[in-house]
Amino acid sequence: MAYPADFKYTKEHEWLKVDGTTGTIGITDHAQNSLGDIVFVELPKVGTDITAGQTFGSVESVKAVSDLYAPVSGTVTEVNEALNTTPETVNKDAHAAWMIKIALKDPSEVGALLSAADYEKFAGEEAGH
Amino acid sequence: MVDFSGWDMPVEYPRHGGLMKEHLAVRTGVGVFDVSHMGDIRIHGPQALAAAQHITMNDASKLAVGQCQYSAMLYPVGTFVDDVIVHKLGEDDYLLVINAGTREKDVDWVIENTKAFDCSVEHLSDAYTQIAIQGPKGAATLQKLTDADLSQVKFYWFTYGTVCGLPHTLIARTGYTAEDGFEIYVPSDEAISARVWNAVMQAGEEFGIVPCGLGSRNTLRLEGALSLYGHEISEAINVWEARLDRFLKMEKGEFIGREALHQAKASGIKRSLVGLESIERGIPRDGYKVMDLSGKEIGYVTSGSYAPFLKKNIALAYVPVDLSALDTEVAVEIRNQPVKCKLVPIPFYKRPKKQS
Repeated sequence: MAYPADFKYTKEHEWLKVDGTTGTIGITDHAQNSLGDIVFVELPKVGTDITAGQTFGSVESVKAVSDLYAPVSGTVTEVNEALNTTPETVNKDAHAAWMIKIALKDPSEVGALLSAADYEKFAGEEAGH
Repeated sequence: MVDFSGWDMPVEYPRHGGLMKEHLAVRTGVGVFDVSHMGDIRIHGPQALAAAQHITMNDASKLAVGQCQYSAMLYPVGTFVDDVIVHKLGEDDYLLVINAGTREKDVDWVIENTKAFDCSVEHLSDAYTQIAIQGPKGAATLQKLTDADLSQVKFYWFTYGTVCGLPHTLIARTGYTAEDGFEIYVPSDEAISARVWNAVMQAGEEFGIVPCGLGSRNTLRLEGALSLYGHEISEAINVWEARLDRFLKMEKGEFIGREALHQAKASGIKRSLVGLESIERGIPRDGYKVMDLSGKEIGYVTSGSYAPFLKKNIALAYVPVDLSALDTEVAVEIRNQPVKCKLVPIPFYKRPKKQS
């Protein structure tokens, strides 16, 4: 699956899409593929402050638990509640199945994230191991 | 691939659909597992039965030739060396199928504790490739590959037949999936093993067969509440606690662990294995703490997962006996948050009564 060029990525396999001061966050196709069948997603409540590099929730497949790391800092403005009952949509289309939206605290943090091309290279190397 | 007691094993086969699909295939159709990591110990000779009786807790004298039984080898204190399936191959001839993780320990244990008996002990683990064909369509799949009449083989019995042209192949109606199925033992030669594996895949194609990895092996056995060494049973857990006493035959006479189990029962069992089901959102997993509703730690989860067939979050756990009644509510600590669970009967899943 192609990695959208207008998203930014982390080495912990989250993606971030920025629209003005709003950031939308999900996990990458590579992440859902390594996790396998996703059966549980735990997300923060609206109003929660999240910090770049810190965990903000978790995603679980049958076989594993994986923490979600915030690509950038901000305050949660919206949560994709549909994932509570249909977490498998993350497997179907990870780049559409967003998890949270945040009000960015410091838009300059975005510059530290990976581009689609860099992430694809990174994920490919990791999968090769 | 993951390292499993020195074996390179797949957690799942993603190209065939992955863990969830594997699990459901075994519940509704057929799945095939390479379980060559399982070990095999043969005890034979004039006192083979007496030796088997001495080192296992079930009553091997009740076995007919061609029959198997679930059993366990115990330490003198009544805890587990390993759980085993004892097959009676012939008069004075028994095969113990053991776990991979405990293989060397088990072999040493059997050799050491059968010394006083007139019998020989052979370690055959490397001689066999063990393939498990599991699910309601397991019999129909395997029947295409063998001249043995599988309809005549009852659950926990075995026979010999030609399988894929290999004469005298041990075919047992056993498994670790809480489903009907067979386990076959073929020579561990790589080319032969691959040929049999491929033949099974082809024979099962019309039933939607999928290869199954360690992940679904674990979720299938968990739904059936089948014990896993190092989790529900170990050197620190006794037979009463593990609730495996239906396989414990105190009346059969002396065996290792008997005296301690007798005393343990007399002095009262303190904890018990129970089944849990989440009633709030959260998946209890191996090692998580179990607490009472006031937040006091009372036990721990031995195995827990999302259950793909039951579509619930379930776990096996040890809790004090006085808190082990069905419907008791407890909490499992998941990422520092208490998640309410209730005690439910085990096994969580029972297969439908015989269809063939």
